[in-house]
Amino acid sequence: MASSPEALVEARSLTKRFGRHVAVDGVDFRIERGEAFGFLGPNGAGKSSTMRMIGCVSPVTSGELRVLGMDPAGDGPRIRARLGVVPQEDTLDTELTVSDNLTIYGRYFGLSRTVIRERADELLEFAKLTERRHDRVDPLSGGMKRRLTIARALINRPEALLLDEPTTGLDPQARHLLWERLYRLKQEGVTLVLTTHYMEEAEQLCDRLVIMDRGRIAGEGTPRDLVARHATREVVELRFRSASDLRAALPRLAGVAERVEPLADRVLAYTGDGDATAAAIADNGVHPAAILVRRGTLEDVFLVLTGRTLED
Amino acid sequence: MSGLTPTETPTRPEGAVATAIAGWRPLRLVERNVLVYRRTWYVLAAGLFEPILYLLSIGLGVGALVGPVAVGGGREVPYEVFVAPGMLAVSAMNGVVFDTTFNFFVKYKYSKTFDAVLATPLEVADVAVGESAWALVRSGAYATAFLLTMVALGLVQSWWAVLAVPAAVLIGFAFAGTGIAATTWMRSFVDFDYVMLVVVPLFLFSATFFPLGRYPQALGWAVRVTPLYQGVALERALVLGDVGWGLLLHAGYLAAMGTAGVWVATRRLAILLRR
Ligand SMILES: Nc1ncnc2c1ncn2[C@@H]1O[C@H](COP(=O)(O)OP(=O)(O)OP(=O)(O)O)[C@@H](O)[C@H]1O
Ligand SMILES: [Mg+2]
Repeated sequence: MASSPEALVEARSLTKRFGRHVAVDGVDFRIERGEAFGFLGPNGAGKSSTMRMIGCVSPVTSGELRVLGMDPAGDGPRIRARLGVVPQEDTLDTELTVSDNLTIYGRYFGLSRTVIRERADELLEFAKLTERRHDRVDPLSGGMKRRLTIARALINRPEALLLDEPTTGLDPQARHLLWERLYRLKQEGVTLVLTTHYMEEAEQLCDRLVIMDRGRIAGEGTPRDLVARHATREVVELRFRSASDLRAALPRLAGVAERVEPLADRVLAYTGDGDATAAAIADNGVHPAAILVRRGTLEDVFLVLTGRTLED
Repeated sequence: MSGLTPTETPTRPEGAVATAIAGWRPLRLVERNVLVYRRTWYVLAAGLFEPILYLLSIGLGVGALVGPVAVGGGREVPYEVFVAPGMLAVSAMNGVVFDTTFNFFVKYKYSKTFDAVLATPLEVADVAVGESAWALVRSGAYATAFLLTMVALGLVQSWWAVLAVPAAVLIGFAFAGTGIAATTWMRSFVDFDYVMLVVVPLFLFSATFFPLGRYPQALGWAVRVTPLYQGVALERALVLGDVGWGLLLHAGYLAAMGTAGVWVATRRLAILLRR
């Protein structure tokens, strides 16, 4: 297969091992310029390990990786000069103030103080931190720290921004504010590469994503494609009073939908027409504690592809 | 055909230190420290007072009780003149030990300061060299202030003493490089007791407070090969104007120790931080 030159990241059989443990197990993917690309997967799937290899902070164990057309093994500094990195754990400099964090980060990239000063003003505005510029980093809220980390990652005007779980641990309001900022960056043409275990985040932000589980890629496509291919348009969720009620109902659920998936606390019935399926379930004499008809989501795709839920 | 080539795990610290220095990139770590201490300058100032207090109490206080000290060539000097250059060497060591062990440990293990640095174009060697370079700035500043205090107290007897400041920087370099290297093996704060276990005997037994001739012979030879002794001998010779080619040996020892430290630190940090 020929690789066209415009891919921002290209990986083939990319593998990361820590001792005997295989964190990333031979994955292939390709990230184009200008798109928002996501890695969706549960804890331990290998998302951060993959991101750290793309960001040239962690060496590749085996396989092939090209970032911005270069090889991370030999061109790490040149690649990193053109990337912005938001790591999973904040690495803000707690000995410095908000604005000094931007200043010194710009200096690490070799930018002049004049350039940094101009950009820092803009970025503080972007991160809604102008009023806090002279404060220390420690007392900032989680959302503020995250926004500052993103602002810091933009000081070198990167061609791509790598975001490792940008909103994990934030309350919904802080999360929505961040999504809005990231959406703005995307409009400005910055390539976004992000990991998440929130399917809502993946649906909101990603043009294309891969589903990762235990170091492997289980599926790939646009959110809409993935749902169309692996889930159904609608899903009927049945909740039962107890696990024994759930087990007792299962034989009578056979054939009511395209696919019936029992979980620990509920049963999912995949179907094109939720209301019809709900009616069929009632006709079969099954009366769960609660019944809900909803659209198929990436969560369902994940379950179908891996046999597990994202929270596992 | 694809343009892809297989990649391998890079660990190549040898050339890395030279490249780092050539690009002046470690200076950016020095800048970071300047930004930090711009707000906490009093911490730096406090580090200066300690040796000066020692000089006043031991030099002038004890000096009033004991007689002059023979320094070779049939020459005798007052005790405070003898002990002051030793204190200068000690302050150069102490000025960097805390920074390159305890402070470095916090930055590398808990604050994740270097994880942020290494996501930028900077490399592991820039961190090792940059953090040592900052220690040099610090020991140079301390030594200057200490030397001026000595001049004010009339404890300096030769113009060679202007070289006492570069000599102090060399002492700082030797201990900074080794300090960072040693810290890469530390697992928790408990391990810092070992630092004290090394520093305190060096402080007491490097011909700092009494001449080498007063030690039992075997101990005297042991002292001759310890690092702080090189610094004490160097500083004392310069301040007393007792200069000879032999001093280059002391200087060479310290330079080699610092270089080896930075080299080992770079190797170790590459393993620990580029996982
Ligand atoms: N430095 C390391 N040393 C040893 N094992 C590691 C290291 N980093 C990650 N791992 C292991 O590799 C696997 C993948 O971890 P990784 O952090 O890439 O997953 P993740 O998808 O980012 O998970 P999370 O959602 O929890 O952040 C895990 O089993 C983890 O324990
Ligand atoms: Mg992770």
